Parts: sequence; structure tokens; C-alpha cells
Amino acid sequence: MDHGPAVEYHECEELLKYKQKAGLRLFFIYSGIYGVFVLLNTVFPSMMESVIFFGLNLAIVYGIGLILIAIILGLLYNHQCTKMEKRLDTSSSKSQGVSE
Amino acid sequence: MIYTASPLAVGIFFAVVATVLGISFYFGRKTTSAKGYFAAGGTIHWSVNGIAFAGDYLSAASFLGICGMIAFSGFDGFLYSIGYLAGWVVALFVVAEPLKRLGKFTFADALDSKFNSKGIRLMAAISTLVVSIFYLIPQMVGAGALVTPLLGLPHWVGVTLVGGIVIFIVTTAGMKSTTYVQFLKGGLLIVFSIILVFMVVDRGVQDVPYEGYHDFITLEAELTEGSVTSVSDPAYTVAGEYTENGLHFVKLQRDGINNWWNLESGTGTLTEALTIVTLDDGSVLFNGAPREDQLFYSVGNMHRIMVDGEQVEEVHGLNVISFLAVIQESEVVRFVADVFTSGDEKVRIWYQKVTPGNEILSPGLKFHIDEGSSFADKMNFISLMLALFFGTAALPHVLIRYYTVPTPAAARKSTIVAIAAIGFFYILTLYMGLGAMISGVLDVESSNMSAPLLAQSFGTLMFAIISAIAFATVLGTVSGLIVASSGAVAHDFIDNFLGRKLTDHKKVVAGKLAAVGTGIIAILLGIAFKGMNVAFLVGLAFAIAASANLPSILMVLFWKKTTAKGIAASITTGIISALGIIMLSPSMYTRYGLEASAAPFPLDNPGIISIPLSFAVLIIVSLMTQEKGQPQGVN
Repeated sequence: MDHGPAVEYHECEELLKYKQKAGLRLFFIYSGIYGVFVLLNTVFPSMMESVIFFGLNLAIVYGIGLILIAIILGLLYNHQCTKMEKRLDTSSSKSQGVSE
Repeated sequence: MIYTASPLAVGIFFAVVATVLGISFYFGRKTTSAKGYFAAGGTIHWSVNGIAFAGDYLSAASFLGICGMIAFSGFDGFLYSIGYLAGWVVALFVVAEPLKRLGKFTFADALDSKFNSKGIRLMAAISTLVVSIFYLIPQMVGAGALVTPLLGLPHWVGVTLVGGIVIFIVTTAGMKSTTYVQFLKGGLLIVFSIILVFMVVDRGVQDVPYEGYHDFITLEAELTEGSVTSVSDPAYTVAGEYTENGLHFVKLQRDGINNWWNLESGTGTLTEALTIVTLDDGSVLFNGAPREDQLFYSVGNMHRIMVDGEQVEEVHGLNVISFLAVIQESEVVRFVADVFTSGDEKVRIWYQKVTPGNEILSPGLKFHIDEGSSFADKMNFISLMLALFFGTAALPHVLIRYYTVPTPAAARKSTIVAIAAIGFFYILTLYMGLGAMISGVLDVESSNMSAPLLAQSFGTLMFAIISAIAFATVLGTVSGLIVASSGAVAHDFIDNFLGRKLTDHKKVVAGKLAAVGTGIIAILLGIAFKGMNVAFLVGLAFAIAASANLPSILMVLFWKKTTAKGIAASITTGIISALGIIMLSPSMYTRYGLEASAAPFPLDNPGIISIPLSFAVLIIVSLMTQEKGQPQGVN
């Protein structure tokens, strides 16, 4: 049965472990921030009405902040992984040439 | 509301459809292998795949459903945007690269990579079909809602049209054409949404949204022992009354036309409402008259505009921060829905409710999580947010897109492009939804039409472009879902579960036949679910995906003791528990025509029960089925 990937490539064990660890660390950080947001909405909904700055309340600032934090953490994760890929000079990073 | 088709809108609509079909023909000629059909040969560049991810994901639910929900329920609609985007964090940090490493065409490849289990193949195929169909329903409902104002055609025609075009696209070309259609549509959606948002904030806020906006009048009522006996304008006579749960509606007659008004709580003021009344003989009246009389208005306006503590009639030239600040400080008139029966009349009423801006921009208008809400209400909210967070990384049409790029690094990079594009778009939904809320354009019968109708307030050209893009949005997402379903049937079920060793060509033929079958089912369900908010329906698809697929994906990656039987049992439990809770939920009881309070299960969103249950079953069954030498999780 052919279950293998559509394109062949190779990544060393050290790189895989590094990426997994970095991913999980950022995942738990974001989950914590998201979890606090859900809990604040559920337990202290009136707190979300407090105006924080520029006439915007906590609900809006936190909500838009969650979206922006996801983008920032994603870029940070990519930076960490790409740096490690270059350092270990894997065939994975080579295979993408200039697009990387 | 009555919609009439404009030639410009029809022209732009057909241009978009022709472009989509052209892309399909072009790539269709080049697609011959199964790898090409199901995974675009694994050759898509990560940046193209990232925007195609956005095109896939920014479905009718995101564009039509969320904007509509924000337009009617403020911040609570934006919570969907936040949850949908947060789910991508799970996809990026936990799932993207490992799945790419382990799979080939479908996520079942990754789950089954070490087990070679028919049970996993079967359950993963069933799960893909169930989730895809639940996700397809709102897309089809959205298509039907769009076609009515765009082409002046009934809902069912729109659903059938989308279904037919998508079946054609998928059966002619597969994943490569689907990818480029989604890339094109994702890019156009984001660009034109930016333009629309700049137009909204620049136009600002005004007391009267536009010239010709219906002037909703108020009357003073004379009350005797709590009942209205007469009103300040002698042209009106009292013809009936209805009270429930602190609401008091009064039927007034003028010039032979009956309509219901709302008696504002604690005052003697009657305010005009919108009503759809169904009489015993089956006839339907819109604000007391047939629909053709056009007494059923577009609504949504400001009540009081405050800028830096001073009341003004209008304010223009705002920016993305000051627009929100003005709404936060001001008051908005919302139209709140209720249903009741009085004598031989079944009445659907939308009555005016002045709502402070700080309530619009904070939770509580849709989800009852403010002070005084019940435990079940709070659990319902947490359950939804949990399903949205864990659902994205378990959606079949998202997962298959990891196989269209060449390497795990490319899968990661395309996910980051997707997060940036989708996140940016979701911030725009807040402005489009609020813009629709105060621009006098809302059709209370269809919250899904809020964004296109907002565009219409800037002219027919903008309406035509936004509607055509929205239609392409539906086409793109439906194509992706149908490719995922056809892969599940041809690759997971026929090839791997049944063991019919199909040739490459026959596998593609089987996939195309499955696409036709799934498309027909989607058309029928899209017609049946007309009128439901599409963001809500997609929330259910997320809950099923998060319950059925995510526990298996996570555990196979991170828990060495995971077994094949554990995975199959977990997927089965996730599907059955999530579907069962949905079928017994208050929302579905309303759909069945029963009282919501009669539903045996108080939650609309099953995630908080079905996700942990699926995890627990996987752990217990895996521990019970440990065998020496048996392959286990891939950690």
C-alpha cells in the first residue's frame, strides 16, 4: 500500500525535534492567551466593556490582539525553523531554492 | 425584501464564473494522474498555496456569515472571526509539518502511516464525508442567498447553479484548478474587502443613513390596566395585543392595513416594527401587505451619535480606530427578532432596540454570557470557542492542502501566509459588519446578505463585484470540500479499505464519481437549510471535525501508545457524539418546528463534551489494545 508522501525529501532527527519543541512552546503560549480571553468573556463579561485606549474597549483590543499575536507568533516560528534549517543545511531547505 | 437584477451585476457575475471555468479547462487538460488530481502533484509554490488556503478557508461562513452576525449581534459575531483564526495556530505549530511528512493524498494517510489499518481508513473516510457535507451545507445556503439579489433568481436555483458549476470544475480538473481558483478568489476577496472597509470608515456615521431611508415613527399609547386602548394618532386603531416575557406587541390598523408595533418597556411609546405574518389560509403579509407592495424595508441606523462627548448628526472621514471609538460612544438601533402566534396569525417580528455602543462592541448580544446568564449558556459559549480553536486543524479540505506543496517547510510557510491573509481579512469583517449595521441596508430575513448589501450602498458596481467575489468564494470552498470528499471515497475507502487495487486512471474516475455524488447531496441539503446563518452552520462542522479528527491526529503524533483500534474508536465516538448532540440541540429543535425548550440537550455546540470524550475513548481503547510488537504512534 502506497502511503508515502507525494514528494520525497529528508529532514534530520535534530531538526524535527527542534521544530516540534518550538511549535509546542508557541502553541501553549497562544493557547494560554486564548484561554484567558474565553474565560474573561465568560466569567467577567462586564470587564470586556472597559475602555482601554483610543476609545476602544478591552473586548475589541484583546480580540484584534489575538489575531495579530497569531500572525506575530507564526512569523517568529518560521524565523526559528528557517534559521535551524539553514544551520543544519537540510535537503528540505535546499529543495526549495530561491523560494525559501 | 424584493431584489431586482442589474445588467452590470449579471455581467460581472458571469465574467467571474467564466474565469473560474477557464482555469478549470486549462488545468484539466494537464491533469491525468491520481497525484495530479488529488494533490496537484505536490508542486504548488508555498506562497500560492498560502493564499489558496485563505481562499479555501474564507468561505461563505467567513464573508457572508460573520459579517451578517456582526451586523446583527456586534462583537459576538466577531468572536467567530477570532476563533476561526486561532484555530490556525494549532494547524501551524502542531499539525502542518508532521502531517505533510506522513501523508500523501488525505489525512488518513498520516493517521494510518504506521498501522496499515482498514478500520482507520474506513472511519477517516466517513469522518471526511460527514465533516465535508456539514461544511458544504452553509456554502450552498450562502450561494442561494447571493443569487437572489444578484440575478433575481430563487434560492434553490442559486444552490443548484453552484452545485452544478463546482461538480463540473472538480470533475474536469481536480486539485490544481481548485488551488488556482482559490488563489484568485482569496486575493480578490481580500483586496476588495480592504477597499470596502476604507469606503465605510471614510463615509463615517450619520443619523439618517441615506436619502429615502424609511422614517420609523413613534406613537404615544394610552394604557388602561396594562392594555393599549388608543394611540396619539387617531388614524390608527388598536386591533390586537400580545405580551410575553416582558415584551408587549400591539396590532394597529390604518387604511385597512394591520401591522404590529412594539410597546417600549416602562414607557407608553409605540415604535414601528417589521413583521412577516402568515395567516391560516397560507397567505403571507410583509408589514401588513403583500411583498410586492414593498412595505418591508431595509433597516439599521444610529440612534445617537457621540463624538468626544458631544452629540452630532453625522461625522465623516474617520479612520479604523476612530470609527470604532465613535460606535463605542454612541447608540445604535438594532432590529431584534421574535416569533409569536396571535389568533390565526403566525408572526415573525423584528422590533427596534436602542443599544449602547459599548454593548455592541462587547460580548452578550448573541451569546448569553453576561451577568444573569445560565451555566448552560456559558458552557455553550466555551464549547463553541473550543470547537473553533481545535476544528481548523482537523478540517479535511484544509488538511489535504498540505499535500499540494513539495516539503514540510513549504507546508509551514504556506500556513503562515494563510494566517496573515486570513487574520487580516477577519479584522476587516468587524468593519464590514458594523458598517452594515448602521448603513440602513440590512435585510432582516437574511443576515447572510449584509456584506453584499453594504457594498450596494456604495453603488451597483461595488455590489456586483463583491457579490461576484462572494459567489466565487462559495465556488472555491465547495470545490476544495468536494475534492477532499472524493479523495476519501476513492483513495481511503475504495483503494485502501476495500482493497480494490485501482489503477491511477480508475482512481481518478472513482474520485470524479464521488465528487458528483457529494455535489448532489450538498445541493439537496443547501435547499433544505435555507435561511440559517451560515457562520453558525460552519461552527457545527468545526465541532464535528474537532471531535472526530483532532484527537486522533494529535495523539498519533504525540503519544507512543496510540493504537489503530484506539484511533478508529475515537473517530467513531467523535462523529456519533458530536452529531447526536447537534441533532438533540435547541437550534435543531427549532428547525424541526418544535419548541427549543423541548430539546433534551441544552447546548447548541457539542465540542465541550464530544472533544474530551473522543480523547478519552482513544486513550482507554489504546491502553486496552496494547500488543507487543504492534506498531504504535509515530512520535
